[in-house]
Amino acid sequence: MADTYLGLVNTPLPGKLARTLGLPRPAVLRRYTPGDPLVPGPVLVLGSGPGADTLAEALLGWDQDVRRHLRPEEKLGAVVVALDAVSRPEDLGAPLLELGPAVRALLPGGRVVSLGRPAEEAADPATAAARQGVDGAVRSVAKELRAGATANGIVLLDGAAADSPGALGALRFLLSGRSAYVDGQFLRVSAMPEPEEPAGAGAPLAGRTAVVTGAARGIGAKIAEVLHRDGAKVVVVDVPAAGEQLAAVANRVGGTALQVDITASDAAARILDHVKERHGTLDIFVHNAGITRDKLLANMDPARWNAVIAVNISSQLRINDELLASPVFSPEGRIISLASTSGIAGNRGQSNYAASKAGVIGMVRATAAAFAGSGRTINAVAPGFIETDMTAKMPMLTREAARRLSSLQQGGQPVDVAETIAFLASGPAGGINGQVIRVCGQNLVGA
Amino acid sequence: MSNQPGAGAGTTTVRNAVVIGGNRIPFARSGGAYAHSSNKDMLIAALDGLVARFGLQGERVGEVAAGAVLKHSRDFNLTREAVLGSALSAHTPAYDLQQACATGLETVVGLANKIKLGQIDSGIAGGVDSASDAPIVVSEGLRRVLLDLSRARTPKQKLAAVSRLRPRDLAPNAPTTGEPRTGLSMGEHQALTTAAWGITREAQDELAYSSHANLAAAYERGFFEDLMTPYRGLTRDANLRADTSLEKLAKLKPVFGAGLDTPATMTAGNSTPLTDGAAVVLLGSEDYARANNLPMLANVVDAEAAAVDFVNGQEGLLMAPVYAMPRLLQRNGLHFDDFDFFEIHEAFASTVLSSIAAWESEEFCRTRLGLDGALGKINRSKLNVNGSSLAAGHPFAATGGRIVASLAKALAEKGSGRGLISVCAAGGQGVVAILEAR
Ligand SMILES: NC(=O)c1ccc[n+]([C@@H]2O[C@H](COP(=O)([O-])OP(=O)(O)OC[C@H]3O[C@@H](n4cnc5c(N)ncnc54)[C@H](O)[C@@H]3O)[C@@H](O)[C@H]2O)c1
Repeated sequence: MADTYLGLVNTPLPGKLARTLGLPRPAVLRRYTPGDPLVPGPVLVLGSGPGADTLAEALLGWDQDVRRHLRPEEKLGAVVVALDAVSRPEDLGAPLLELGPAVRALLPGGRVVSLGRPAEEAADPATAAARQGVDGAVRSVAKELRAGATANGIVLLDGAAADSPGALGALRFLLSGRSAYVDGQFLRVSAMPEPEEPAGAGAPLAGRTAVVTGAARGIGAKIAEVLHRDGAKVVVVDVPAAGEQLAAVANRVGGTALQVDITASDAAARILDHVKERHGTLDIFVHNAGITRDKLLANMDPARWNAVIAVNISSQLRINDELLASPVFSPEGRIISLASTSGIAGNRGQSNYAASKAGVIGMVRATAAAFAGSGRTINAVAPGFIETDMTAKMPMLTREAARRLSSLQQGGQPVDVAETIAFLASGPAGGINGQVIRVCGQNLVGA
Repeated sequence: MSNQPGAGAGTTTVRNAVVIGGNRIPFARSGGAYAHSSNKDMLIAALDGLVARFGLQGERVGEVAAGAVLKHSRDFNLTREAVLGSALSAHTPAYDLQQACATGLETVVGLANKIKLGQIDSGIAGGVDSASDAPIVVSEGLRRVLLDLSRARTPKQKLAAVSRLRPRDLAPNAPTTGEPRTGLSMGEHQALTTAAWGITREAQDELAYSSHANLAAAYERGFFEDLMTPYRGLTRDANLRADTSLEKLAKLKPVFGAGLDTPATMTAGNSTPLTDGAAVVLLGSEDYARANNLPMLANVVDAEAAAVDFVNGQEGLLMAPVYAMPRLLQRNGLHFDDFDFFEIHEAFASTVLSSIAAWESEEFCRTRLGLDGALGKINRSKLNVNGSSLAAGHPFAATGGRIVASLAKALAEKGSGRGLISVCAAGGQGVVAILEAR
């Protein structure tokens, strides 16, 4: 469903009207196309700790225009603020007060990225307070930014260094157009070995084989396209009835189409057999297939409830069991599962769907614990409101409200979810495990 | 076996041609879901589904051979045009072939032979037909006027040409499946054979019932999930009646053979309806399949064509496969007992039953086929086990591709054995072929 309002306010006259009336003014987001510069202007690095110097050096290594101080009149592509060494709440003041005027200088589609450490790993309450303070400050900045700019953070787990490959990979992702609809979020990264493909490689998924379920349309079709763009061989899966669209997607991405209902008991076996025969190894599995059967719980019937649970979570659990038992699944394998903000916050009329999506989060965390240190990772991506056939079914007013309920004042595009998934599938995301990454434009729901 | 002298299609030096897989669109009833799809549209859809299944995007396949029985004159290069409209490389050559209802099977035979000889490494064989979008021929009078009009230079000449038109010239010649030399429809021809062999109404209805039941069961167990790609909202063969019964079939009125002395037995239930659809099969050498990590479902072992003189009434129009069969079996040193699957195209239930009766008849086999005795019995539990044309429908040129892909998959599932195909065709022709599991 096209967002006509977004198109309208980005033309001169109605745009002026919207400004005068104080109506929301959603911006056209800065999205990634290969060959784009990482950020639209110079990068200002703030903060005093060792993190600031390390990141400034890394940015120089990526040929960025790096500033350590705001220059009068100069516009900025991004601000990186290193808060990894704060130990008292008072430490936050200086760098954040410097961030204030810098934010004003941000170009449209600019980025703010903080670097911090987890409060729960702090040795004392004051350090924990300071670290947790970063969370509140960055989320607030995200809500103050305009013109498609976003603010997100990187959290270094277990004493990971600021220039660990995982931290640098996360930094690149958050600065780039790939994270256009990720806003007010924190990527928690552990130390990891140097990946084969360094951050910023042209085809970060070259040589990998990916399976995407529910790929005949919507978000799944986009995931297939983005994984293909990033170099992966893609096997697209959907129910036999969606075979015509599925074939079109496969032909668009040079992949293979597999007509399988993921709730069938032999679904995993058929997918694994196919991958084994055609590609040998399975590197990336994206559990995207999902359905909604909305009803208030008072009106819910077993058919609706059971169908949603069967497709959205039971099938994933069964497939994961077989993946883990199969020699076809790579020792560096990645599993990415679609959750939803409804699974985090609940949603009226979606008790079945929210149960299934919260279930996905539970499954991801438990499996991640088992994966820890193994080279494999599993993560969930929780989209907010994304413009697809699924959300086109919503009543018009609810849909319009859902669009404007985020800091970016618009729904996301399927490609926004796909970009986050492609990032999680890439080598430099190897330090991210058991996380739930929201792609929601900082939606108020469950934020 | 094909390495033994005298076995298979040729010498000891040819290599194997294997069936890698297939794809078809669900078959629609004429005037149904594909009423506005052309042969080219449907053939492209079948090709694109195959490309998607096997990841052949942008690939130069050795050759594509396909055809249609009801073909517009504008589609003189139908298969090549379909290739150009598909996701295959534009460097893929293609040719059209037409042998009535044997078109699809004959494309498989032709390309398999090229593969065996090493002329190509891969090929796509198949066919398409639309009874909905059939060409309509203008009357001979109108055709002459139009041709003269196109040659006329002056307004006077043009007027002269047009003034020759008479109202009756404007009525088009309706498409017909009648035999040009006898004027009889295929159904009426078969009715003669049915009567000659005394095939009962009950036996025909039973065969039709099994066809529906077997096809429905095949869908139920997901057999077609990697053989079919939905098209235009159709996800199953529209002709399939999973809930049909012998009682329902018994209620239908006969539609062919009303003018004969014997009771008419052929109904809309035990005859194939006019159908739209397309089917293709991916073939390759073993090296091609291995190099591309593709499955090998079955070998294309050998094939034989035959024709009968139906014009003078010496043999039934659709009985040619009966003659081809002993020649094929003999050349390969095989008997009916050596086969695990029989795919006998159900143009009409009575076509299958007449063929079986002929092979079982000592007299017929001695006098007509020149054998010492009956060719043999076919174990009916091995016949058309995943349904055939009575249930699926029969878009003429698409039927061969449907049968070859389904049989190859059945052989691969079983993991051993052989399958025998028999397809009758207009003009008193027929083609039979052997596939073998790997
Ligand atoms: N659109 C949103 O705003 C949004 C928000 C949060 C989460 N999500 C999640 O993202 C995922 C994709 O959503 P979408 O909007 O693209 O939905 P969609 O309905 O457009 O596409 C879902 C696809 O999954 C397929 N599918 C359904 N059941 C299947 C089964 N049993 N086996 C195989 N395939 C099956 C469908 O055929 C369809 O092609 C879902 O998991 C959804 O819950 C979407």
